[in-house]
Formats: sequence, C-alpha cells, structure tokens
Amino acid sequence: MSFLFYAGGVVALISTLLVILQTNVVHALIYLVLSLLAVAVVFFSLGAPFVALLEAIVYAGAIMVLFLFVVMMLNLGQTTREQEKAWLPTKVWFVPVVLATILLIGLLSSFPVNSIEVAEVGVMEVSGLLFGPYVLAVELASFLLLAGLISAYHLAKSR
Amino acid sequence: MTWEIGSGLSIGAILLVVIVTAAMLIWVERRLLGFWQDRLGPNRVGPFGLLQVVADMIKIFTKEDWIPPFADRFSFVLAPTIIMIVILMSFSVIPFAPGLGVVDSNVGILFVLAMASLGAYSVMLGGLASDNKYALLGSLRAAAQMVSYEVFMGVSLLGVVALAGSFNLREIVIAQEGGWYVIPQFVGFVIFLIAGIAESHRLPFDIPEAEQEICAGYHTEYSGMKFGMFFVGEYLGLVLISSLITVLFFGGWNGPALLPPIVWFSAKAFFFIAFFILLRAAIPRPRYDQLMSYGWLFLLPLSLVNLLVTGAVILMQI
Repeated sequence: MSFLFYAGGVVALISTLLVILQTNVVHALIYLVLSLLAVAVVFFSLGAPFVALLEAIVYAGAIMVLFLFVVMMLNLGQTTREQEKAWLPTKVWFVPVVLATILLIGLLSSFPVNSIEVAEVGVMEVSGLLFGPYVLAVELASFLLLAGLISAYHLAKSR
Repeated sequence: MTWEIGSGLSIGAILLVVIVTAAMLIWVERRLLGFWQDRLGPNRVGPFGLLQVVADMIKIFTKEDWIPPFADRFSFVLAPTIIMIVILMSFSVIPFAPGLGVVDSNVGILFVLAMASLGAYSVMLGGLASDNKYALLGSLRAAAQMVSYEVFMGVSLLGVVALAGSFNLREIVIAQEGGWYVIPQFVGFVIFLIAGIAESHRLPFDIPEAEQEICAGYHTEYSGMKFGMFFVGEYLGLVLISSLITVLFFGGWNGPALLPPIVWFSAKAFFFIAFFILLRAAIPRPRYDQLMSYGWLFLLPLSLVNLLVTGAVILMQI
C-alpha cells in the first residue's frame, strides 16, 4: 500500500507540473485528468476507496469533461500556443522556483517521519457521517449547487 | 496457478474470452442483422462465414495507419487506447461465476461508473485531435450525450444498491438468489438499458457517429488499427453493458443447477447482446435534441421517483 501511495504521489506531482508547463491547452487538460486520477490512487492507498472513486467520477469524469467541452468550442490553435510560450519565458521561472524550493525544504524538514497508518473506511461509514453529524454541510453544499444551476439557467435564458 | 479470484490464470482467461467475444460480435452482429432484415449477411469465409472476423482482422492490421498531418498527434494516438483500457478495466469487477473474477471489490459499481465516465475522453479527444469539422461535431454530441446519460445510469442503479445493501457486484448477485431484481426494479432496469445504449453509443443512439449526418463522427479521420480499437471498443462496451444488466437485474450466475453457473451467466449476457442487436435492426435514430430532452425531462425524473419509491418501500419493510 505504501508503494501505491508514493507512486500515486509522484505521478500527481509530475503531471500537475506538466499541466502548468504545457502550452497546448488540451494536453494540459489530459495531464490534469491524470493528476486527479493519481490523487484518487493516493486516497485509495490510504484506505478510502469510496472517496477515491468519487474523485475519479466527479472530478476526472465529470468536471474535466466539461472543461474539455468548453475548450472544444473555443477553437484554440497555433496562435494561443505561441501566446502561452510568450507568457512563460525561462527568466520568469527563476525566482518562483528558488522560493518554492526553500518552502519545500522547510516543509520536508518539519514533517514528522511516520509510517503510513492505513485504516479502511468503507462506504457505510462515510455515508453514516454524511447523513449524521455533517448533514447540515451536505445540505448547504446542495444549496450552493442549486444556486449555481439556477444562475447558469438564467444566463442561458436571458435573451 | 488456480482458478481463484485474481489469480493470473483467471485474469488471462477473462481477458482472452472478453476480447475474442467482442471480436466475434463483428460477425454475430452482421449475421443477426441479416437474419432480421431477411438477407444472408456474411456467409462466405469459412463455415457459416465464421472466419469473416479473421478476414476483417487481417484487413484492419494491414491497412495503412495514417495520422493526418494537421492532427494533434499526442491526443490522436491516445484517444483509441482510452476506450479499450477503461472498458477492459471495468470487466475486472464483473463476477462471472462463484470464484471466477479479477477482483472482489466493495465499490465495484462505483468503479464501473468511474470507468464509464472516463470513457467519454476517448470520443472527445478523438474528435478534437482530428481537427475535422465532422469529427468535432461528433465528439461534441458524444460529450453531451455521455455526460447526460451517465447521470441516469448512476441513479437507476441505486435502487439495486439499496435493495442489496452493497456496492459489491458479487454480493448483489448473491442477494438475488431469492429472486431477480428485474421484478422490483423494472423501471430501473429499463432506464439502465436505455442509458447503457447511449453510453456505448450504439444504434439507435449512435448520434456521435451518425453516418448519414456527419460522416463517421469522431472517428472520421481514423484508419487501420486505431479505427479497429474504436470499433472493438464499441463491441466491448456492448459486452460490458450486457454483463452488467445480467449481474444487476437478472441474477448473474444464478439459475437451475442443471447447468454450471458460468453457462447461465454467458447465456443471459448473450441474450442481451442479441437484444441490443435487435434494437439496432428495429428502431430508427432519434434527433439529437430529442435524445437530450428525452433524457433530462423524462428519464431523470423517472429514475429519481424510482429511487424514492424504492427507498420508501425498503423503509416500510424494516
């Protein structure tokens, strides 16, 4: 399990980095999907298969599909790629990389080194929590989604 | 090497049988369509035309595998592999018989749904990378259709999950020993069937690749084995949907003891494969907007009501 955890983590880090570095927006989206799937593997290796699959269904399978759907209609081509290249020359990278490295060293040195404790959390336990102590949060989140839905409907209908 | 769940032998055997079945469906579908449309179908190569599949495979492998110069190579090559991978991965949670399967997962149904939602990338990337207006139209249609019908597919399954009290497909089959779920969950079954056709975009819901309107849709620019992977992927999807219907609503391997469980499973799955082919022969294609409004305005409310009633009945029985 700890091999899965580190493998998923490394894939997630590399693919997220590639999301930023890509100049082709479709390739960036593919790497973002890969990164989300790798995070799902991390969740799975930590004993949360339900959350892992929800991550895959909701983020990788639904939200990213809608992103790609929008990109398909934008007709991005060579000009956008060149624009992206112009925005990310090497000299822009230098200072952020140094600063981020300092932060990373600080973060790594302050981590307690423990072995990963895996406690399997099944579907029943998660559902029990969602409809028990956290039911208010679930309802609030559904209000938010409903508000988003109605606003999107209004924007599309306004003509 | 033993025949237990997850052993190398059973994984290899399942992979082989599933892929060979999907390939053989190329012939089965054309013969059955010929039968229902009162003509012969392919009957020249080998006995009953059985070697037609071999001929088709030789043709597909030796064709020029051409990538258009204007295409986005990375996505263009990636797209056909996605559909094969996600559908073959979905077979890993299918319980074929007692003690025969790849994994016995507690979140089996969710895994299938996750893989089905990732399958949408195949058609979307394929159409987008082709840089062809028909392909783009096809993949736009596919994206909207697959994202929409995934919703009803998931909701229609929840009745079965609530009755069995588990996401584990093996436990769902065992829970059906007393009676198949098609009887209490008939509405769920019909919705799942319709959503399944739309997810595997077969006729009558093959709007993403409607030949008469948009050439071949998202795979217009594909040739050779890349096209073959889309083609076989579609048949794999058909086998998957039929297996899922068998497992979820028709008791999986359960049946009278005169035949072994795997035979019951295969017979039920084949019945649904033949039913899907009959649908293709019998029903014309709806218009794109009809498909979408039918889904959102009819199937979604119906599946929610089905879930609500199922939940109420289960609560009353406790």
